[in-house]
Amino acid sequence: MLKPLKALAAPQAFYHFTGALIPWLWGITVLALGYGLWGGLYAAPADYQQGEGFRIIYVHVPAAFLSLAIYSWMAALAASYLIWRIKIVEVLMMSIAPIGAMFTFLALVTGAIWGKPMWGTWWVWDARLTSELILLFLYLGVIALKNAITHPKVAAKACAILTLVGFIDIPIIHYSVQWWFTLHQGATLSFFAPPKIAMSMLIPLLSMLIGFVSYALAIWFIYARAKLLDREYEKIWVKNMLQVAIK
Amino acid sequence: MNTVFLRTIGFELLIATRHRGQWLYALLFCLLVIALFVIGAGASPEILKQIGPGSIWVTVILASLLSLERGFRADFEEGILEQWLLMPYSLAMLMLSKCIAHWLINLLPIVLLAPVMGYALNFEPPHILVTVLVLLLGTPILSLVGAIGVLLTLAFAESGLLLSLLLLPLYVPILVLGASAIEFSMMGIWPASQLALLGAILILCLLIVPRAAAYTLKMSFV
Repeated sequence: MLKPLKALAAPQAFYHFTGALIPWLWGITVLALGYGLWGGLYAAPADYQQGEGFRIIYVHVPAAFLSLAIYSWMAALAASYLIWRIKIVEVLMMSIAPIGAMFTFLALVTGAIWGKPMWGTWWVWDARLTSELILLFLYLGVIALKNAITHPKVAAKACAILTLVGFIDIPIIHYSVQWWFTLHQGATLSFFAPPKIAMSMLIPLLSMLIGFVSYALAIWFIYARAKLLDREYEKIWVKNMLQVAIK
Repeated sequence: MNTVFLRTIGFELLIATRHRGQWLYALLFCLLVIALFVIGAGASPEILKQIGPGSIWVTVILASLLSLERGFRADFEEGILEQWLLMPYSLAMLMLSKCIAHWLINLLPIVLLAPVMGYALNFEPPHILVTVLVLLLGTPILSLVGAIGVLLTLAFAESGLLLSLLLLPLYVPILVLGASAIEFSMMGIWPASQLALLGAILILCLLIVPRAAAYTLKMSFV
């Protein structure tokens, strides 16, 4: 099972494989987002409590899911980079942080837009909002560190260490903030106190989730490919490819 | 090994005594920032009680952030850290001694000053006692986690702001636990859980950080 993965770790193989994969990912993105948006914004019935306003969850939930999932994935990549020092893993790890930051930002913004009509305010220092905000800062820290160090390998190792330290800290941050919040105010407006969501609402949501994931994968691979070319521009395979392209 | 460990700490302390008066900067900084908080928020006892726990912790965190670089940067630029890599002793152990020295020189005086800060913020004696206790448990964590941040940013000169961008999010749990411990004591509850959690985080840091710091140091000399 590991063999095909090993073959993919070669920069050239990775480049061509993802190159072939990206159109498929775009296809899935368009289909899943198209169906999800139609189902979520048009076909699904309005919520009996939140009215039409609930529809923002079709953007908010996938974004919030990805914000955490991407950080975990980045931490997994960081650990495997520090252990095995695979170049592809380094490139993948270094290109994922801005995407995670983007989804975290999106989750915060859609949360605020949802909060305005529901809670009457753009921002509450709710436990989830606060830890999401801290998560955004963790992402921005990794990006800033990445930009500050010019030597690519040193930058990768530094970012990997920071990512892992942050990963250990995330649950501690989450629980401490939750705890601080319950100390400061009593029971709150429950966020999505998981209301047993109806099938007609759930399926578009899952479809949106698939669309978001495949969109994230697509832009991640595009970014990683560009970074890879940048890292490998002196290698034979890149030169050959460019010559073919010029001809 | 133990003698090396202790002698490194002793050496750091000796250097600190040679720079006469430098240890005062952190203390003065803390007093000033507390004064600024009080001036900014208004000095009524009610307000002071509300903002007190948080502002003490924010002040201490800022002071530790500002003092962190001092310990490492000079050693880095003079090549001492590079020599450490060549030493036959455990680098993790040396890093731990460095963190402890940083804490002894920069943060312990602040902890000892805490009663004054607490008094300025209108705390009563039992709350001041709790403040000193949580600071004793919490500030070593600041030193340990901070060491990793400093080592990550050693390679470039103007790293102060970047360092705070990296470290402040990581410090959130310490701030939350530390401040709420003081708040609990003000409500008449003994903050056992906060103290226990801070102690747990401290142990976790003591286990992880020396090795991580040693690794980070090795990495910055690629």
